Amino acid sequence: MKEIEVELLKLIEKNANLKVEKIAKLMGKSIDEVSELLRDLEEKKAILGYSTLIDWAKVLDTEEVTAMVDVKVTPARGVGFDKVAERIYRFPEVKAVYLMSGAYDLSVSVKGKTMTEIGKFISEKLSALDSVLSTTTHFVLKRYKHDGIILHDDDDDDKRIVVSP
Amino acid sequence: MKTTSYISRQVENLKPSGIRRFFDLAAQMDDVISLGVGEPDFVTPWNFIEQSFHALEQGYTSYTENAGMIELREEISNYLSGSFQLDYDPNEQLVVTVGASQAIDLALRTVVEPGDEVIIVEPSFVAYVPIVSLAGGTPITIQTKAEDDFKLKPEQIEEAITPKTKAIMLCNPNNPTGTFLNKEELQQLAKVIEKHDLLVLSDEIYAELTYDDNYTSFPSIEKMKERTILISGFSKAFAMTGWRLGYAAGPADIIAAMVKIHQYTMMCAPTMAQHAALEAMKNGRQSVQEMTESYKQRRNFIVSSLNEIGLSCPNPGGAFYAFPSIKETGLSSAEFAEQLLQEEQVAVVPGEVFGSGGEGYVRCSYATSIKQLDEAMERMKRFVEKRL
Ligand SMILES: Cc1ncc(COP(=O)(O)O)c(C=O)c1O
Repeated sequence: MKEIEVELLKLIEKNANLKVEKIAKLMGKSIDEVSELLRDLEEKKAILGYSTLIDWAKVLDTEEVTAMVDVKVTPARGVGFDKVAERIYRFPEVKAVYLMSGAYDLSVSVKGKTMTEIGKFISEKLSALDSVLSTTTHFVLKRYKHDGIILHDDDDDDKRIVVSP
Repeated sequence: MKTTSYISRQVENLKPSGIRRFFDLAAQMDDVISLGVGEPDFVTPWNFIEQSFHALEQGYTSYTENAGMIELREEISNYLSGSFQLDYDPNEQLVVTVGASQAIDLALRTVVEPGDEVIIVEPSFVAYVPIVSLAGGTPITIQTKAEDDFKLKPEQIEEAITPKTKAIMLCNPNNPTGTFLNKEELQQLAKVIEKHDLLVLSDEIYAELTYDDNYTSFPSIEKMKERTILISGFSKAFAMTGWRLGYAAGPADIIAAMVKIHQYTMMCAPTMAQHAALEAMKNGRQSVQEMTESYKQRRNFIVSSLNEIGLSCPNPGGAFYAFPSIKETGLSSAEFAEQLLQEEQVAVVPGEVFGSGGEGYVRCSYATSIKQLDEAMERMKRFVEKRL
C-alpha cells in the first residue's frame, strides 16, 4: 500500500466525518486526488464502511447491555471453526466474533436492551447450537475505552497558557 | 524603603518580553482560540509519564550527577548518532540541562566576555538577545528577509562581522518563521563561519519537526563539530515542555566549563524528568513520528487557508509555526494581533516581538486541534475581509 493511502486511512480512521475538502488540505493534495483514492480504497474493500462511535447511554433512558461470551465449540470436519462462527455471527444481536487461542474457542460480543434479553438469546439461540459445548457469559459493567477512544473523558481542555514564546 | 534602586542596572534595562505583554491581554479574555502557543498540543506520551511514576515509586527522588544521569547521556548520544550521524562522548561532551533554555544560558555565559559580539538572526526566539546581554555580551542582530523566505544568507553574516564578533546563534528550523535550512544552505554558512573563526550555538530543538526535506544537523557539516555547541531538548518533538529538560553537546572543554556553572547554579536537571526522557529516548520514536505527521497535516491546512484568506504565507519547512504577512491589511503586527483578539478572540503573536525583522508578520502556531484551527481560520477570514 502506498504511503498516501496509509496517511489517508489513518486520518479517516480517527474521524470518518472529515470532509474531502479538508482531507485534501491536510494532505496537501487536490480534492480530485483524494476522492479517487477514497474510491479505490472502497473498491479494494480496504474501507469497509464509515461508522460512528456513539455513547448511547447519553441519549437512551436505559443503558444498552453488552456481554462478552466465551464459547467452546466442536469444530466441524473440513471447515474448522468457520462454519460455526458464521452460524453465530449472522445473528444481529452478535456484534463481534473472534477465534481465540487458550481456554475457549470463540469470543462473542452480544448486545441487548436488558440482561434478560441477552440471557434469553444465549440460552435459546447460542447454547442451543449443536456445535456449542459450553458458554461463559461476562456482562460489561462499565466501558472505559472503546476502539482506542477513552469514554467519559471530559478532561480534554487545553491546559497550556494562551501565549508562550 | 524603595527597592527599585537595588535592582542591577543590567536587569533594569532588560526589555520586558513583548510576548508577556500580549499574554496579559489574551489571558483576560474568554473563549480565545489561541494560535499563540509555542508548545505542542499533545500531552506527553503515556509511556514517558508512566516511566517517571515508576522511577518515583522506586525512590529516585535524589540529585543525579551534575551533567545528568549517565544512562540518559548515553541514550542521547546514541540518539544523536542514529538520527543525525553525530558522534558525542556521553562522558565528556554532553550535559543535560533544565530545558534548552538553560543550555542556551550556560553556553552563552561560558563563552561570552564583556565586549564580545554575538550575532543573532532575527526574527528569532525571544530569549537570545536578553541572554547575550545578561552574559555581558553585545547582541548584533541580522534581519532575514521575506523575499529570501527568511533564510539567512552568508553575505549577511559577512556584513555583520567585526573584530569583536565571537559567536553566532543559529536556529534551524526557526521559531517564529518555521524556516528550514537544508544541507547546501548550511554548508554555505559554514564557509563564512570557518573563515571568520566563529563559534556556533546551534539551537536544533525543532530538528525532528521537519516536513519536506531530510534534516542536517549543523555540527555534522565538515569541520563544524569542533566549533559548534549543539543545543536541543525534549520540549517540542517529545511534547515535554513542562518537564523542563534539554541538553547541550559540544567540545569537551566547553561542556566541562558549562558543567562548572551548572553545578553551582542548578546542581542537576530534575531527576523525575530525566527518567521520563530516558524512556523517550529508548521508546519514543513511534510517538514522535505520529506527532510529526499530524503537525505536517496541520501545516498544510493552515498555510493553504491563510493564503486563501489573503494573508500570504510561504510554506514553512519545520517547527510548528506559520508566519504570514499581514501587510495587506495596512495594520502593524501589534495592531493586527490586538484587534484580532478583541474582535474575533483569536490570539496570534505579533511578529515585532521576535525582532525588528518581524514587523509586518504574525506568528500562528498550528500546534492546535484541526477543529480549533478550522474555527480560527473562519474567524481570521472574517477579520481580514473587513480590511482588504
Ligand atoms: C527556538 C527555541 N529554543 C529554545 C526553546 C526553549 O525550550 P525549552 O522548553 O527546552 O527550554 C524554545 C521554546 O519555545 C524555542 O522555540
